[in-house]
Amino acid sequence: MRRLKLFLPLGIFALLAVLLFRGLSLDPQALPSALIDRPLPAFSLPSLAGDKTLTPDGLIGEPFLLNVWATWCISCRVEHPYLQRLAAEEAVVIYGVNYKDDSAAARAWLAELGDPYVASIVDREGSLGLDLGVYGAPETYFVDADGVIRYRHVGVIDERIWTERLQPIYQQLRTEAGR
Amino acid sequence: MSALRALFAGLLAWTLLVAPVSAVIETYEFSSPELEKRYHRLSQELRCPKCQNQNIADSNAPISQDLRQLVYQQLEAGASDDAILDDMVRRYGEFVRYRPDTEGAALWLWLAPVALLGTGLVVLVLMLRRGGAVAEAPVLSDEDRERLDKLIAEDDQ
Repeated sequence: MRRLKLFLPLGIFALLAVLLFRGLSLDPQALPSALIDRPLPAFSLPSLAGDKTLTPDGLIGEPFLLNVWATWCISCRVEHPYLQRLAAEEAVVIYGVNYKDDSAAARAWLAELGDPYVASIVDREGSLGLDLGVYGAPETYFVDADGVIRYRHVGVIDERIWTERLQPIYQQLRTEAGR
Repeated sequence: MSALRALFAGLLAWTLLVAPVSAVIETYEFSSPELEKRYHRLSQELRCPKCQNQNIADSNAPISQDLRQLVYQQLEAGASDDAILDDMVRRYGEFVRYRPDTEGAALWLWLAPVALLGTGLVVLVLMLRRGGAVAEAPVLSDEDRERLDKLIAEDDQ
């Protein structure tokens, strides 16, 4: 018993070391979304093309990605080509939220770089962004066929992240919708 | 000397008076001073989701400006402090509060200091008790005392 007690400091040290080592690989910016498993917040906003007013009911039907983007967001430009590939080659349904942006600039952006979105919601005041809990573009919400937010990805979507983490989630939503 | 002391006293008083002013950038017109007071308290308590450790009163991030505006609008619309905080938590999770609710995972945060302090006290009491038992002076045998006297006597010579 006495001898075991000698190892107590070593044990405490080991425990602390494990915890601190784990802390090294944690992302302090990571902020779990409060909206997981909750329905899309209500909104009624114009589309970027200007042809209609978009509401949650208009979007819901099959699982889709809701991608928050803006022309002032540099990472969105990085992410853009891959979103186009997803839309074109994998038939992923993507809606855009044009977040606190200039609509004319956004339209020019899509005309120049291509448009992966079924439609983009114009959120000039950032009110939908606030309701979604957006804290930095790009963010991508995974919405299931019932209009419930199931996952939120913060940051650029690239091939590695898509195949490793996001594609299985999207696939699961599609499978659920198929039933 | 006394002039120097007066200077230090003056400086100290000045820092104490000036420190608790927060740097809010835009100014809102409040319909009552009471609302303004609540606005300042809420914006000090709400945490900027984008920044690592700033409240929305201190932060100039666009998201903080939006949240300040939201707080202002809700205050003017007559919402209670709790309703505003709940609304923020619904969007951003407990992360946005510097004083999280005593529920779920946050309960650990509230209880951990008390638990650690309690453990420390228990250990301290145990150690003090055991220390008292061991501290009795060992008694020298007659033989040893004789040797000791001899050694001291040798040393004195």
